[in-house]
Amino acid sequence: METVVTEFSWGIALILLPLAGGMICFLWPRRTQILGLVTVFAVALSVGGLAWQMLDKGVYRHAVGGWGAPLGIDLYADGLSLLMLATTALVGFAISVYSAAYFKQEDAIRFWPLWLFLLAALNALFLSGDIFNVYVTFELMGLAAVSLVALAGGRDALGGAMRYLLAALLGSLAYLLGVALLYHGFGTVDIALLSERVEPSPVVWAALGLMGAGLLLKTAVFPLHFWLPPAHASAPAPVSALLSALVVKASFYILLRLWLEVFEPLISSEGVYTLLGLIGAMAVLWGSIQALRQTRLKLLIAYSTVAQIGYLFLAFPLAVAVGSTAWSAVAYLAISHALAKAAMFLAAGNLVRFGGHDRIADLDRVVQRLPLTAAAFALAGVSIMGLPPSGGFIGKWLMLEVALTQGRWDLVVVMLLGGLLAAAYVFKVLGYAFTQAEVAHEPKTVPASMEWAALLLALAAVLMGFLAVPVLSLVDIGDPFGLSEVRP
Amino acid sequence: MSWNSWLPLLLILSSLIPGLIIFALAEERVRLRITLNLLGALVNVGLVGLMLWGVYNGVHYEMRLPLLPGIELVLRAGSLSLFFVTLSAVLWLITTVYAIGYLEDSPNRSRFFGFFSLCVTATVGVALSGNLITFLLFYELLTLATYPLIVHRGTEAARRAGRTYLAYTIFGGALLLLGTVWLYSLTGTLEFTSQGFLDALGGEHRLSLTIIFVLLIAGFGVKAALVPFHGWLPQAMVAPAPVTALLHAVAVVKAGAFGIVRVVYDVFGVEFSADLGVLEPLAWLAAITIIYGSMRALFQDNLKRRLAFSTISQVSYIALGVAIAGPIATIGGVVHLVHQGLMKITLFFCAGNLAETLGIHKVSEMNGVGRRMPWTMAAFTVGAFGMIGAPPIAGFVTKWYLGIGAMDAGQDWVILVLAGSSLLNAAYFLPILHRAWFREPVGDWPEERNFGRKETAWMLLLPPLLTAVMALTVGLLALLPVSPLGWAKLIAEREFYQP
Repeated sequence: METVVTEFSWGIALILLPLAGGMICFLWPRRTQILGLVTVFAVALSVGGLAWQMLDKGVYRHAVGGWGAPLGIDLYADGLSLLMLATTALVGFAISVYSAAYFKQEDAIRFWPLWLFLLAALNALFLSGDIFNVYVTFELMGLAAVSLVALAGGRDALGGAMRYLLAALLGSLAYLLGVALLYHGFGTVDIALLSERVEPSPVVWAALGLMGAGLLLKTAVFPLHFWLPPAHASAPAPVSALLSALVVKASFYILLRLWLEVFEPLISSEGVYTLLGLIGAMAVLWGSIQALRQTRLKLLIAYSTVAQIGYLFLAFPLAVAVGSTAWSAVAYLAISHALAKAAMFLAAGNLVRFGGHDRIADLDRVVQRLPLTAAAFALAGVSIMGLPPSGGFIGKWLMLEVALTQGRWDLVVVMLLGGLLAAAYVFKVLGYAFTQAEVAHEPKTVPASMEWAALLLALAAVLMGFLAVPVLSLVDIGDPFGLSEVRP
Repeated sequence: MSWNSWLPLLLILSSLIPGLIIFALAEERVRLRITLNLLGALVNVGLVGLMLWGVYNGVHYEMRLPLLPGIELVLRAGSLSLFFVTLSAVLWLITTVYAIGYLEDSPNRSRFFGFFSLCVTATVGVALSGNLITFLLFYELLTLATYPLIVHRGTEAARRAGRTYLAYTIFGGALLLLGTVWLYSLTGTLEFTSQGFLDALGGEHRLSLTIIFVLLIAGFGVKAALVPFHGWLPQAMVAPAPVTALLHAVAVVKAGAFGIVRVVYDVFGVEFSADLGVLEPLAWLAAITIIYGSMRALFQDNLKRRLAFSTISQVSYIALGVAIAGPIATIGGVVHLVHQGLMKITLFFCAGNLAETLGIHKVSEMNGVGRRMPWTMAAFTVGAFGMIGAPPIAGFVTKWYLGIGAMDAGQDWVILVLAGSSLLNAAYFLPILHRAWFREPVGDWPEERNFGRKETAWMLLLPPLLTAVMALTVGLLALLPVSPLGWAKLIAEREFYQP
C-alpha cells in the first residue's frame, strides 16, 4: 500500500481526474452533481497522496510519456506548487459542497463541467515545468472562468464576462509573444533549462516586458484591475469565490516562478523592483479605498481582492535582500487570502440568497437571521484585516518584519494603512449585525451546507494563524525561493 | 509535557469552551446557559486558586506552542500574571451572576454571553502572555470580543460608541503591531524577562528604542484611556451595565494598564527605561490624565459618564506608579490593578441597579435614593470613599504607597497630584452621597420596578455588596501576605527588583 502512495504519479491524476470528470459530467447530465463532488474529492485525495510522496522523497518530477525536457513535457512540483495545489483542493472542495446546494439542476449541468475544467487547468498550471504548457493552461482556465461568470446571465454578468474575456485573451496573447521570443532566443520552453541559458539581452527584456504585462493584467494588479470588480461581483457566488481565491493567484504564481527562476538573477537595476512595489502599494491603497466606498457587498469584496493582491507585490522590492522571509510571507498571504476571500464570497452568496439583494445598508435584517454566515464573514474579515490569530496576520507579520529590517518605512506605512482601511470596510458590513432591526420570521431558505462551507473556510483562515511553522517547512521542499540562506 | 504546563491553557479554555457552546445555544435554553456560565467561571476560579498556591510555592507554569519560525506562543503564569488573572476570574464570576440578573428577558442573550466569555478569555490570555506577540494576539482578540458587547443594545448611540471604540482600538493595535515587529527586528526576541531584555542592545539603537517605547505605550494607552487616547471610554458607557462594569474594572482598561506594566518592567526594564529618559514623560502624562479625568468627571450629570471619567483618572494611577520607578511606588501602582477593579466594579454595579430598578441615570435624579435602596447605596458609598482614598478602604492603600514611593524616588511633585486628585474625587463623589443620603426625594422615580419587600433583585444586589466588602477587606487586611498588597510586594520582590 505504502509503495503505491510513494510511487504513483499523483501529478497525472491531478490533471486527468478533473478533465475526465468534466467530460463525464457532459455525457451524464442527470448525475452531474454527484459526479462533480466525487471528482473534486478524488482530486483532494490525490493532493494528499502527492504531499505524502513529496514529504518522503522531496521534489516531484514526471516526464510525461517518458520524454523528458527539452523534447517532452515535464510535470514538476516543489513545496510552493504543493501549497498552491493543496489550497486549490481545499478551497475547491468547500466551494463544491456549497455549489451542490447553490445551483439548481439546469444551472448545475453547466456549472460542474466548467468548474472541473477550471480545476484541471489550475492543477496543470501549478504542475507545469515549462512556459508553453502554462500558456495552454491559461487558455483553458480563461475560457472556463469566463463562461462561469456568464453563467449568472443578465446584463451585468454578460458585460462583466465580456470585459474579463478580453482582458484574459489580451493577457494570454502578450504572454504567448513573450514565450515565442524566449523560445526563439534560447531554444527551450522548460523553466529550469531557461534559467540556465538566459543572459541579459534585448530579447529577454522584450520577453520580460510582454510576459510581465500579460501576467499583471491577468492578476488584476492596479492599474490593470479594471476587469476584476465587475466580473467578480456579477458572477454567481461560488464562481466569485473561485475567481478571487484561486484564479488570480494562478497568474501571480507564474509571475513569481518566472521572476524567481528566470528574470530576477538578470535584473541589476532597481527600477523594476521599485515599479512592482509601487503598483503593489497603489493597489493596496486604491483597492481598500474603493472597497470602503462601495454600497454593494459583492463589489466591496471584489475591491478588497484588488487591495489584497497589492500586498503580494510589496514583496518584490523587499525580497532583494531577505528573499526567503519575504517570499514566505507572500506564499502565506496568498493562501490565507484564498481561504478568507472564498469564505467572504460564499457568505455574501448566503446573504444574497436570503435577502435577495446585496445593498450593504439594508443588510441588517438578513445578517441577523444568518448568524453562522455572519460569523463566517467576521472570521474571514479578521484574516483580511491581518489581525491575530489568522493566516493574514502571520503573512503581514513576516512582511512587516522584512520591511522594518530594511528600513522600508514607506511600505510599512502602506501595510498598516491597508490594515486600517480593511478594518473599516469589514466593520462597515459587520456593524449591521448589531442593529435593532425588526427580526422577520420568514422561513430560512439557506441550506445548512452553504452556511457551513463558508464558516469552515473562514475557520481555516483563522487556523492558519497557528500553522505557520509546519506550512512554511512544507513550502521549503525543493527550495522554491532559490535561496540557501537559513531562516532565523 | 507535564501537567503544570497544561494548566495555563486549561485556564483559557475554561472560559473559551463555555463561550463557544453558548453561541450555539438557542435563546430559550436559559437554564443550560446559566449552568455553563457559572460552571466556566467556577472552574476558572478553582484553577486560579490552584495555580496561586503553586506559584506561591515556586512552581513554574508554562506552555509553549510554535507560532512562527523562531517565535513561540507562550502562556506563563508568574506572580504578576496570576495577580491579574485572579482579579479577572473572581470579578468574572461575580459579574456573570450580575449579568444573568440584569439581562433577564432581554433579547440576544446567547450572543451576549458568548462574547462575554470570549472577552474574559482574551483578558486571561493577556494576563498569561509570556511574550509580546502572545500579548498582542490576545489584546486584539479583546478588541474584537468587546465590540459586540458595546453595541449590544443596537441603538444608534450604541453603534456610534462601537465605531468610536473600534477606530481608537484598531488604530492603537496598529501602533502596537508596528512597535512589536520593530522591536523583534532589532532584538530577535520578545520574551518578557524581569528587568527587560534590551540592556544588551547597545547605544546605537537608543532613538529607535525610544520611538518603540512611545509606540507601545500609545498602543496600550488607547485601551488604558490615557489622555489623549481616552475619547472612546466615556462613549462606551452606553453598553449594558455588566459590560461597562467589566470593561472599566477588568477587561479592556486594565489590559491596557497591564500592558504598560509589562512594557516598562519586562520589556524595557525599569533601569533601562529610566536611562532612556522615557519614564518621566510617562509619569507626566499619567498625572495629566489623573487630573484631567477628575476635572471632567466634576461636570457630568450622567452617573455612568461621571464614573467613566473617574475611571480615566483612576487607571492612570497604575501608569503613574509604574513610571515613578521606585519599588514602593511600583507596589502602589500594581496593587491598584486590583483595588481600582474592586471599587469601580462596585460603583458600576450600583449605577446599573439604580438604572434597572428606578430608572435613574442622572446624578440630579438621585435625591433621597439612599432611603429607597439602602444596601445599594451603602455599597456605592464604600466604593466612593475608596476612590477618594479614605482609610481603611483599598484606595487609601494605593495612594499611601504611591505617595511614599514618590517621596522615596525623590519625585515630590507627585504628592501634589495625589492630593489634587483626592480633592477632586471628593468634589465629584461627595455631592452624590449627599444627595442620596441627606436630601428628600422629589416625587416619583423615573421608571420604578417593584420587587416586593426587597429593594431590588437579589442577583443585582449581591454582587455590589460582595465587591464592596472585598474593597473594604483588602484595605483592612492589607498587611497580611495573602492580600493583594502582600502579593504585589511578592511581585516586586520576585519579578521587578531582583538583586
